[in-house]
Amino acid sequence: MPVLIYIDQAEGHIKKSSFEAASYGAKIAALTGTTAEAVVLGKLTDDLPSLGNYGITKVHHVADESLNHLDAQQFTRIIAALATQINAGVVVLSNNVNGKAIAPRLSARLKAGLVAGAISLPDTSNGFVVKKGVFSGKAFANINVLTPIKIIALTPNAFSPEKGSGIAEVVAFTPSPEPSRVKLVATNKVKGQVPLSEAELVISGGRGLKGPENWGMIEELAQLLGAATACSRAVADAHWRPHHEHVGQTGGSVSPNMYFAVGISGAIQHLAGVNRSKVIVVINKDPEAPFFKAADYGIVGDAFEVMPKIIAAVRKIKG
Amino acid sequence: MKILVCISKTPDTTAKIAFVDNNTKFAAEGVQWIINPYDEWYALVRAIELKEQDPSSIIHLVTVGTADAEPIIRKALALGGDEAIRVNLESHDSFTIASQISAIAREGAYDLILTGKETLDYNGASIGGMVAELLDLPFISLATKFDLAGNTATVTREIEGGEEVAEVNLPLVVSCQKGVAEQRIPNMKGIMGARSKPLKVVEPTATEALTSIVNFELPPAKAGVKLVSADQPEELVRLLHEEAKLF
Repeated sequence: MPVLIYIDQAEGHIKKSSFEAASYGAKIAALTGTTAEAVVLGKLTDDLPSLGNYGITKVHHVADESLNHLDAQQFTRIIAALATQINAGVVVLSNNVNGKAIAPRLSARLKAGLVAGAISLPDTSNGFVVKKGVFSGKAFANINVLTPIKIIALTPNAFSPEKGSGIAEVVAFTPSPEPSRVKLVATNKVKGQVPLSEAELVISGGRGLKGPENWGMIEELAQLLGAATACSRAVADAHWRPHHEHVGQTGGSVSPNMYFAVGISGAIQHLAGVNRSKVIVVINKDPEAPFFKAADYGIVGDAFEVMPKIIAAVRKIKG
Repeated sequence: MKILVCISKTPDTTAKIAFVDNNTKFAAEGVQWIINPYDEWYALVRAIELKEQDPSSIIHLVTVGTADAEPIIRKALALGGDEAIRVNLESHDSFTIASQISAIAREGAYDLILTGKETLDYNGASIGGMVAELLDLPFISLATKFDLAGNTATVTREIEGGEEVAEVNLPLVVSCQKGVAEQRIPNMKGIMGARSKPLKVVEPTATEALTSIVNFELPPAKAGVKLVSADQPEELVRLLHEEAKLF
């Protein structure tokens, strides 16, 4: 019963979160003595045999251009058909924007238990137990999957892909055609920026920066580090920054390696969106800011004095 | 048009998160419960806005929970909605909950089913997708904008680093997040009116759970913040680079 990994793509390129899923799925296959196979939908420019570098032995490819954009219903139908055909025991996908649309449908279609937002490899010593984040990052739950087929949607950035060397065999998969009920009208992408949900490093600004004209230092540091930019709710509500940058309870939630917060007090609603970050760095002039309690590193100081020096020091390393 | 809005209760954001019975149960004692914000602010309010555009629309609310979920459902009815259905069942298995909701939805023949993007407690983001699959309906997740013209919905959803706009015909399931609607506060008229709105209690249909919770864990306590002097920001960069090896 092989492990089947759904490889998500955007504009012909495999997403970083899918390399994580591939590597995670391959690890499960190795632990349970089976093989890791992948399914790729749509036309890609990326090289598919090189998925072998992440432990995939076989790639099932549906090279149909109409599948370059998500229709959760279609994608589920195809992935489920393949999972049944190859008798997959575990289906792995990233719990990214598309994974959140596909995984629950797959679970219902295959009557297969789903762990949405997994952060650990399964423990098979007593059942099939996978850890996931609950209560918006304030706790974890160990979930036992009770069904013969298990579905795991892996939290982005929770598992580092391990790159070895290998070449995967690519085979065509031809599902029975069915017209899509979702018509794509437009795709609007912010060009040249690291997407927040995929970023390993995030530089975020709050009301302490006083106005949108002061975001230059946030952007400069982000650019030097290849980081994404984010902001607090107050900033998004004031239209200093676009809404998609808002992280917190009502905005997006992120789990980067580093969340670097400048001039954000760290209200509990904001922390709910960022407390899955591995390292939290806080720059705030108020020593009583609640964010310091959740932080790993910090400076109590004026962002306008501290940030230029930080940028200069990073430039020395990165320059 | 008939709209079904899925409502869940969730501990207030400031609630202390702790567990009892050998860490197998959430310590609910003394916890303040709220309507899951994504369900309330976005899914429910958007439904209310749609009814304001087309007053012939009917909004039903559905929740899966025991009697202690009723204050939350009344609160939701105070914001808007014509009647509520409570499926008398406590479960933490998404598929079990989705099966109950899809049974209600199938019976009510709704044109539009709205959910929040996830609940703040179990963070599964699963109910909408499962309900859609059980009903064989299209599903748009993480919607940031929802418009309706006749039978055709135009929905904007979040993608990495941007958004995608799609047209889909009703019936349809949509999970909603920020952008879909603006938060509202119930007024006195709504609160008074909610008391007389029908709240139907139905017994669950038989389903088998696909998952179970073994136990909960709290994250290890943070070691405490390492503070660097504001005169030495370079030292912070050195620590992030050499000690934490972040870049």
